[in-house]
Parts: sequence; structure tokens; C-alpha cells
Amino acid sequence: MSQALLLQGVLALPLLAAVLIIISGRSPNVREGVTLISAAGLFALVISLAPPVVDGARPALTLAEPFPGLPLVLELEPLGLLFALVASFLWIITSIYSIGYMRAHHEAHQTRFYACFAVALSAAMGVAFAGNMLTLFVAYEVLTLSTYPLVTHAGSDEAKRAGRVYLGLLMGTSMGFLLLAMVWTWSISGTLDFDPGGILLGKASNTVLSILFVLYVFGIGKAALMPFHRWLPAAMVAPTPVSALLHAVAVVKAGVFTILKVCVYVFGLETVTTLAATQWLLYLAGATIVLASLVAMTKDNLKARLAYSTISQLSYVILGALLATQTAVIGSAMHIAMHAFGKITLFFCAGAILVATHKTEVSDMRGLGRRMPITMAAFFIGSLSIIGLPPMGGTWSKWFLVLGTLETQQMLLLGVLMLSSLLNIAYLLPVPVRGFFSKPKDELADGVKEAPLPCLIAIVITALGCMALFIYPEPLYRLSNLILSA
Amino acid sequence: MIRQHLPALQVILPLLAAPACLLLRRAGLAWLFATVVGFATFAIAILLLRQVLSQGDITYALGGWSAPWGIQYYVDPVSALVLLIVSGISAVVLPYAARSVAREIPSERRCVFYTLFLLCLAGMLGIAITGDAFNLFVFLEISSLSSYALISMGQDRRALTSSYQYLIMGTIGATFILIGVGLLYVMTGTLNMQDLAQRLPAVATTRTIHTAFAFLVVGLSLKLALFPLHLWLPNAYTFAPSVVTTFLAATATKVAFYALLRFVFTIFGAEYAFNTMPLGPTLMLLALLGLFVASAVAIFQENIKRILAYSSVAQIGYMILGISFATVTGVSAGILHLFNHALMKGALFMAVGAIFLRTGSMQLQHLAGIGRRMPWTMAAVVIGGLSLIGVPLTVGFISKWYLIQAALERGWWPVAVLVLIGSLLALVYVWRILEAAYFDAPAKPDAHIKEAPLSLLIPTWALVLANIYFGIDTSLTVGVARQAASLLLGVQP
Repeated sequence: MSQALLLQGVLALPLLAAVLIIISGRSPNVREGVTLISAAGLFALVISLAPPVVDGARPALTLAEPFPGLPLVLELEPLGLLFALVASFLWIITSIYSIGYMRAHHEAHQTRFYACFAVALSAAMGVAFAGNMLTLFVAYEVLTLSTYPLVTHAGSDEAKRAGRVYLGLLMGTSMGFLLLAMVWTWSISGTLDFDPGGILLGKASNTVLSILFVLYVFGIGKAALMPFHRWLPAAMVAPTPVSALLHAVAVVKAGVFTILKVCVYVFGLETVTTLAATQWLLYLAGATIVLASLVAMTKDNLKARLAYSTISQLSYVILGALLATQTAVIGSAMHIAMHAFGKITLFFCAGAILVATHKTEVSDMRGLGRRMPITMAAFFIGSLSIIGLPPMGGTWSKWFLVLGTLETQQMLLLGVLMLSSLLNIAYLLPVPVRGFFSKPKDELADGVKEAPLPCLIAIVITALGCMALFIYPEPLYRLSNLILSA
Repeated sequence: MIRQHLPALQVILPLLAAPACLLLRRAGLAWLFATVVGFATFAIAILLLRQVLSQGDITYALGGWSAPWGIQYYVDPVSALVLLIVSGISAVVLPYAARSVAREIPSERRCVFYTLFLLCLAGMLGIAITGDAFNLFVFLEISSLSSYALISMGQDRRALTSSYQYLIMGTIGATFILIGVGLLYVMTGTLNMQDLAQRLPAVATTRTIHTAFAFLVVGLSLKLALFPLHLWLPNAYTFAPSVVTTFLAATATKVAFYALLRFVFTIFGAEYAFNTMPLGPTLMLLALLGLFVASAVAIFQENIKRILAYSSVAQIGYMILGISFATVTGVSAGILHLFNHALMKGALFMAVGAIFLRTGSMQLQHLAGIGRRMPWTMAAVVIGGLSLIGVPLTVGFISKWYLIQAALERGWWPVAVLVLIGSLLALVYVWRILEAAYFDAPAKPDAHIKEAPLSLLIPTWALVLANIYFGIDTSLTVGVARQAASLLLGVQP
């Protein structure tokens, strides 16, 4: 198959899946079969594109040309490949998990759920494969809109309010800042292509570029940089598979991925380091890391705690992008994958606990480890990876990020990273520790046992993934290394 | 042979077909006849656009009387695009009308309805095609008078008062235009637009011409509902029959906007309008004010048609903002939005009309649960609404892109920011409709509301798909708009 056709297939396959899911809505087994097969198919397609990209090829395909000289174009490069691999692999696992979760939890409107999920994945692939800023923006907005029905899945008043925050902040920042930044870039430089050296070098004064940079960073609301982070905790009303794949992986990673793209390919790392705004944004990212961790400690609701933890971890990636050295960017890119595996494990566990015991508050989870040993063990593994302790994958990305702060003499930010790791321990580890070693507050009902089998399979795979990434970080490192050496 | 007379046929066909509708006496026949005529005018408009794009502007002397004595029709890219959108909307609305009119208009008035509809269509096409300033006024009156009557046919008794309100305001506007045209004639001795353009510079500094300019701009602004002269519009759109609202919302203000373009750029010239007269800042201020006030008011409405009506006032602000830049990008953004807004508002009002057909209500609270019962109709509202907000892959995004680019080209970034804030306000009022339709539980769960019939869905979705198609493939719209803008500003493209 030609590479152009493969690129098309990556976008078209999930969309086709959405159509088939709607058609087969009356038969749950067929519908979920379609989801699983297309998830596996998508991963296979992305994998088949990997070798040529690693060898230096940049498969490209022009889709349409809405503005003269400014087409919608797909072009795959190493960073996009990394994001696409992570998202499409975890879609398979999440699909397995969803089958167990959605059935055990007796969720309504499952057809809509699976269909929107597939569309969201197509949009995430669009973000990963975008060949210029315009294409990325289009996919970014489709991602927002296709996840809205998932966030408001319950249809309750609470879901409606959360949907407003979600849409208001994500659309508000992207239409208000990102679109403006994009048109501005277009009128300054006459192109929106991704160029390894940046397209803005010397095109405007440092002040203008600084304003533009701030517009980009805040415009990408999906990266959840404070003060535009409120949508992420709001989105937690969604069913757990949505929180797991979309609000720990696809959507939020699309955000930080876009920031990385903007730093590397629109401004160019050289330009980023010279901008007056960069230092302030670095401090803001540092503040987000610490503040979000502190808020996470106050949350008793497990999903809310994980959401604030995600906000904090996303700023690690932003931090790496803003430090703008080779090492830091490698750390950022690796953190996209490492955090994805760690956080999705934690969300899977939260969902498994909800399904098995109907408990959402951390304080009610004491002693749960005896009844749900696999789930709690996986939670422990995921927590270690987020904290950045060996033998978990999270160690490597933090390692490179710390090296990045040292290279650039940002001692304050080094302190922030260290402090944050301690805070991570403080809000994550109590959950499994109390789960295993505390006595239950009130005697657990007799029927409580592990979550359905599909959920457990998914949890075990991602937890093992965290470990595997520690032992074999090589492919990930090589891919991240290619981003700048190309 | 016939090709040569296309410009005349474009107007004559609906004009002559109108009284024929009365003679048919049977509503079904009248509808069929009007629909055939609607499609024929659309076909003519397509042919004319192709001819203009391939062979350049067309000049046509009506009745063989050449310019200084006779009336001249003149088709350039701007007018061809307006002809296309007006006749295109009529070709989509007429098939839709069969069921909707049967629901909303008593049988004895249906033949009259189609007569008035075709007259209104003829008037609007005439405005877009004529090259004569007085003739433009005549066609404006033909379309206006028939639209007053069309609006008064609404079921609600308030349709009468809103039609009367429109009649008063519209007549003031028309009188102003007539005074303006009269003053131009006094000073130059001609009514032909091209002759006017040649002779005006000699007398441009006189107070009479200044006055004529002011009268024309104010009169046309009344007609196109520029804030704060928009007061007739919300009531007229709310209480008119669904078909009339759709047709007028998609075409009437657009045609008036076209007339403004003609007078300002072709007759007076950009130099006079923007440098001698302070048209730029005036229009920009009113456009931005209108954008914000109307959007804010739309947010607090409880009637869907009213929400969309105020949104129309806001969207007119975008078009006017485009021309207030007086640059090629700006004017082409205005023309582009003329075309694009016709597509989005056409689709939205048609979908809303389909909801009215089934529920008999336009109140947001009665919309509860419609998303489940009328999935295709509501999907059309969703896409139309997204287009209104300016989400990528819809026409709204294209318009917004060029408006922002035009603002940045001039270095007026605060204006660009205001445009973006405007689209966020649109997000709010569109989302109120969607939340009501999808989240709220229906008050009477057993109400027998089902999906709209195909005769309504197909035309609605034709426009919805046009919203998406022209949001991705813009070679026609952007190409023509840029060509038209360069022509109007007298710049080589």
C-alpha cells in the first residue's frame, strides 16, 4: 500500500468504524467487535508507517485547499508518530476495558459512546498527522466537539454544567487566542507549515513574537496550563473510559503535543529561547506543576485527584518544550508516552473500583486491597511511574527533564520538579498503601470482588507497559531523538 | 440566441411567472409552477456566472435601447455571485415550501403567496443585475412591497404589526434612497451607474453630492438592517411564515448589502467614500456595536427564531465590518460573508421551520427532547450553528479567517480580537438552543412528534452540505469574492 493511502486510512478507519458502530447499534456484540477490530487495525496502520519515518521519510498528502496557498495537508514526522502510536495502542486497551466497564455499569446510550469515541480518535490522529498549523487546528476543534457528547454522556444537570465549562474554555481559548495567533502568523510569515527551524525567525520584533507565543500557549487550552485548566476537572463527570483515554491521553496529550509542535516547528527552539515571554511562561508552568499537585492533595474524590495530577503532569511537558534544549524536548516527548501509560492505569483502576464497589471517594477505599489485589497493585505501579521512581517508565522522562533544567541553569525549576515528585508521593501513594494496610472503615459488603475480566486485562496490560517502558525505553528515546536531529 | 438574452430572462422569468401563479387557482399547481421557475432562474444564474468568469462582464441593453436612454443591465462577478445565491436559495426554499406553506398559510391564500414570492424574487434579482440607479430603486420597492405582504401572512396576529413596522421603516429607507438618487440625477443628468461614476468626480465637492451620499447610505443601511437601524428585523423574522423567514433572512439583507457596495464603490468610488467622507470609521463603529449588542440580546431570547433574527443583525455587522476596512481582503471578506451567511442562516431557519411544523412552537422550553425525536433536523441545526460560530470545515470559519486577516493587515488587532469575541457570543446563543434540544427532558413524554418529512429534510440538508462543501473547497467563493473586491476597489487583481 502506498504511504499516502496509509495516511488517509489512519483518518478514515476510525470514521468508518463510527459509521459501522451506529449501524450495528442494536447488537452490542457486533458493535464492540467493530470497535476492537478497528482499534487493532488503526494501530497496525500506524505501526506500518513507523519504519519509513524512522528512516527519514516524511509521507505527506494534501487533502484540500480551503485558502489559496494554505492547504489541509497530512505529513508524518517522528513526534506525530510517537503521539499516534501511544494513542492508537491505548485505544485498543481502552476498548477492551470499556466493554467490561460500560456493561457492568449499565450505562445508557452506549452506541453514541462508542461512535463518538471513534470520531475522537480520528481527530486525535488528525492532530498527530497534521502537516501544518491549519490542519492541526481543524483536527483540534473536531476533537473538542466530538468529545463534548462523551463528557455530557450522563445527560444530567451536572453533566450539562460540566459540558459548558468544557466547551466554553476549550472553544474560548482556541477561537479567542489560537485562531488569532494562527492568522497573525500567516499574515507575518505567509506560511503555516511546520519547519524544523521555525517559520518566524526574524519575521517580526521580539515583542510581537512574544505576544504571539503567549497567544499560542494559552490558545492551546487542551494543555491545561493555569489559569485555563478548569475544564479538565469538569470533564471528569464522563464515564471512566473517557477520562482514561481522552482526558489522560488523547485530548490532553493533543494539547501538549501542539505546544511542542509550536515550539519546535513554528517558532524554532532558537527563537523560543530568545523570547522575553519564555521565562514568564516557564514560571507559570512551574507554578501549575506545584499548585495543581497541592489542589490534588485536597481532593477526596479519586477522579478529581487524578485530574489535578494530570494538570500538573501536563505542565512537565510544557516546561520541557519551553526550556527548548535537545535534552528537554526529548524529556517532553517521552513524558507524553510515559505519563499516558501511568495515568491511564490509574484511571482504569478508579473505574474498576467504581464498578466493583460504587465508591468514588479515596477515604472510602481503605482495606480495598484485600478484595481487589490486582487493581490496587496496578494502582501502585501506576503511581510509581507518575512519581518517576524506578522500575517504572516515568523515571526516564523526568530524568531528561531534570537534565534540561540543569543545562539551562534553571535552578528554581529544578526545585519545582523535585518538590512535585514529593507531592506526587503524598497524594498518590496513600491510596494503595491504605488499600492494603488499613482496616476498612465499615465492613465491606460481602459481594465485593475484582472488577469484570475485560477491565482487569486492560489494567494489567497498561501496568506492565509502565514497567516495560523502564526496561526498554530505547525505541521511545530514538524516536524522540529524531525530532530535532532531522 | 437565448444565451444572449440571459440577463433579461433572469428577471423577466420570475416577474412574468408571478401573475401566472394567480391564474392557476390551485395551490398545488401554483407551487409546482413556482418551483420550476425557481430552478430555471437558478440555472440562468449559474450560466451567467460561468459566462462572466470565462468571458468577462456582460452589458445588456434592455429592449435594445442603449445606455443613456434605455436601462442597462450589467453583470460582473459581484452581481453574478449575488444572483447565484438569491436564485439558489429560492430553488432550495421552494421545494421546502410545499409542506411548510400547507401548515402555516390558509388554502385560499396559497396562490397569492407564490405570486408574492416570485415577485419578491424578481425584485431581488433585478437589484443585483441592473446597471441603472433608478431602476435599482424600482426593483427594491418591488421586493420590499411583496415582502411586507409575505410577512403579514404569518399565523400569529403579531405578524400584522411587525409587517406594518417593517413597512414604515422600509418606506423611510426607500424614500431616502429615492432622494439620494434624485440628487445624483440633478447634479449629473444621468441614472446609469457607469455614467454616474464618470461624472461624479467633477461635482464631488458640492454639498448636494455630500447630501446624496448621506441619504443613500442611511437609506440602504435601513434596508440592510445595520445597527441601530435594525429595529424592524427581529419582529419581521419572528412572526413571518417559516418559508418567508428563511428566504428573506438568506437574501433580503444580502441584496441591500450588495446595493450598498454598488453605490459606495462603483458609483461614488472608494476614494470619495472613505477619504472625503468618513464612511470607514462610521461603518466600523456601527458594525462592531451591532455585533455585540445584537449578539448579547440574542443570548437572552426565549424564541428560537428571535435568537436567529438577532444573530442575523450581528452577522450583518461582520459584512459591514469587512467593507469598512476598504481593502481588497476586507471587501472580499464582506462579500464572502454575504454568500456564506446566506447558506448558514438558510439552513438554520429551514431546520427551525421543520421543528415548527412538527411541534407548533418556537419557544426554547418547548424544544425539550427534540434532539431525540427529530435527530436529522437537529443535526442540521448543530452544523448550521457550528457554521455560525465559525468552527473549521464550515463556511463560517472561512469568513472569519478573512475578516481577521483583513484586520491584521491594517494593523488593527483590537478589531480582530472583537471579531473573535463576537464568535464566542455566538457560541453561547447557539449552545442555548442545543442544550434545550438535547438535555432537557420533554414535558409531555407521549407527544407524537416525529422526524420532519423528507420534502423538508432534503432541502435543509442540501444547504447544510453546502455549508460544509464551501467550507472546504473555497475556489469558487474566495476566487469570485477576491475578483469582485479588486474590481470594486479598482485594483488590479
